[in-house]
Amino acid sequence: MENILTANKIVKQYGDYTALNEVSLTVPKGSIYGLLGPNGAGKTSLIRIINQITMPDSGEIIFDGQKLHPNHVQHIGYLPEERGLYKSMKVGEQCLYLAQMKGMSKADATKQLEYWFDRLEIKGWWNKKIEELSKGMAQKVQFVVCVLHKPKLLIFDEPFSGFDPVNANLIKDEILELKKQGSTIIFSTHRMESVEELCDDIALIHKSNKLIEGKLDDVKREYRSNTFEVGILSDNIEGLMYDLTQKFQLSQTHFKSLNDELKLNVVLGNAKPNELLSILTQRGQVTHFVEKIPSVNDIFIQTVSSN
Amino acid sequence: MSILSLIIKREFIAKVRNKSFIVMTFLSPLLFVAIAVFVGYLSSMKADVKQIAIHDETGLFANEFKNSDEYHYQNVSAIDVKILKDSITNHYYEGLLYIPKVDDTKELSSKIQFISNDSPSLSFVSQLENIVAKKLTKANFEKAKLDTVAIKNAEAKVNISLAKSSGEESLKGLNEIKIAIGGAFGYLIMMFIIIYGNMVMRSVIEEKTNRIIEIIISSVKPFQLMMGKIIGTSLAGILQFIIWAIIGLSIMFVASSVFGVHTGPTAGVSPEMMKAAQSEMGGTFALYLKELWSLPITTLVLSFIVYFIGGYFLYSSFYAAIGAAVDNETDSQQFLLPIIMPLILGVYIGFFTVMNDPHGTIATVFSMIPLTSPIVMLMRIPFGVPIWQLLLSMAILFGTFFFVVWFAAKIYRVGILMYGKKPTYKELFKWLKY
Repeated sequence: MENILTANKIVKQYGDYTALNEVSLTVPKGSIYGLLGPNGAGKTSLIRIINQITMPDSGEIIFDGQKLHPNHVQHIGYLPEERGLYKSMKVGEQCLYLAQMKGMSKADATKQLEYWFDRLEIKGWWNKKIEELSKGMAQKVQFVVCVLHKPKLLIFDEPFSGFDPVNANLIKDEILELKKQGSTIIFSTHRMESVEELCDDIALIHKSNKLIEGKLDDVKREYRSNTFEVGILSDNIEGLMYDLTQKFQLSQTHFKSLNDELKLNVVLGNAKPNELLSILTQRGQVTHFVEKIPSVNDIFIQTVSSN
Repeated sequence: MSILSLIIKREFIAKVRNKSFIVMTFLSPLLFVAIAVFVGYLSSMKADVKQIAIHDETGLFANEFKNSDEYHYQNVSAIDVKILKDSITNHYYEGLLYIPKVDDTKELSSKIQFISNDSPSLSFVSQLENIVAKKLTKANFEKAKLDTVAIKNAEAKVNISLAKSSGEESLKGLNEIKIAIGGAFGYLIMMFIIIYGNMVMRSVIEEKTNRIIEIIISSVKPFQLMMGKIIGTSLAGILQFIIWAIIGLSIMFVASSVFGVHTGPTAGVSPEMMKAAQSEMGGTFALYLKELWSLPITTLVLSFIVYFIGGYFLYSSFYAAIGAAVDNETDSQQFLLPIIMPLILGVYIGFFTVMNDPHGTIATVFSMIPLTSPIVMLMRIPFGVPIWQLLLSMAILFGTFFFVVWFAAKIYRVGILMYGKKPTYKELFKWLKY
């Protein structure tokens, strides 16, 4: 698959502080790419470099097959984490102004704005000033500004913050719709459940270095530990435990169920799941048997704390 | 439409639509006229007549003091000094001039006292001193048996008339007019820089606190944004000045036609008096007019425009950089001081040094230094400045301007994305290297 964006060994320093240390990324076209990392890892620095807000000290960015060029800003939409608009400017005027800055003609921008205002049900706001809107309403306007010029690459930094669940869902659907229409989305967030739900690819940056990158499924496969979560109703728990401890590592676990069963995490090591299953079926009634797939959250915490 | 003109347009419209801009534009000329009328009214009022008591034990001076509009003198030599002092405490008399009895009139020079509870004005005291000194001198002459009439006749009065090498007669007091014209232009530039420079700074801070800056900077270059802001704000300012000029002129026109008063320097003088004055010094008046018209008006206006643009852009780049460096207006004070200082210095040098010696070293040097030249040079121009000095000064101004814009753009570029802490000068310097 083609890549919309490639970063090659990007280095950015602020004085003595290194914000990015030879970070390389590959963002496939048409994907939703999760850019993860703890606070201060260097995500914002990287996003700013992609947006040409700052220049890297060394390394280069390839956008859609070309070296990053000032004209490329017209094909990139950016929703920064710190939201803001001109408070005393009217919604319609403001959107037109920002759209024209991205190279749109006034007529084209007006048409697009009408489409989006209709879609997000904010039609009546054209002549309202931003200061008259609530925070969530202003966020919607900002989202429109970000996507208005039909950018090939969208960069969302914490897009759901400040939205109520209904609107967050609305925005999520819009993001998926944009993906369907062919846009690529770089998605930076601390909300792991939305990464889990939306992202095809992820990268994890920690302390200015990239630690993980790849398809979400591949990363998960790499991080799986062949651990199974089991639930069993047994009359002879001691016998069962004896059998299991002979072969596997065990630990207590917890999950929701309606029975009062024994709940265990079983690390299989090199053994096959069927071996475990056959021991369990001999000793009782299996109520629960699931492979523990590492969540993005687990991977995040595990990687960050081990480095 | 190019992005720069887009930004200029937005800044201009944002400024012009602002309520405070509208209020300022239409209210300040009214205020200005109101103040002018008020001051005119105040100065036309007669001050209270002040009663001055004279206790003269020598009997020499009592009749020398003549009543004026402001001061009435009363000879109270017969009354005891102690009682007179009480009357001053009771505010019956404004002051008491006490001339003690002495053996030798020479001692008088240091023994005369003026007793008053309010400190008298310097000019009044020197007036008293003059009267006493004159009388004393006369007395001394008589004592020395000199012919006072002959001495008086021998006193020469000199009035040097000024002329130019071209032979035209020149006028005293013209310097004041020249400095007033140059000063008005220089002062205008200073006011414009302070008012609109501040506006540029506030607008930068606004974008920073609104956090819209990241969106804009992802579409345009910080340099474009900064220049657009400076130009857009200056256009709003120029519009405001034009409106002020129109309103001011209209008000003056209406006022003078309604009240039949001739406003300006002769305010408060009745038409009859004016006529008399004109016929008396008609020749002088015409000469003044002629001199005014012979001032290098074209040079003055053209230079005003050049220095206005250069000076305003130079300073507003500083203002923009400061706005970018801080998070709110209160933090900006520390950085503003070094900017306001040269402006004030320029005005002071203009009014004190240029007036005394328009082509002296200090005036010349400060009309070259770019931070003061827009003010000082404009004040010098009415006195005639060699063209090479003018061109050199402009070249330095614009050279510095480009350097400062580059420098300000660097700080601006880094500063607008820095939140939270107030930077030090050291950090600002570090930003230049990012």
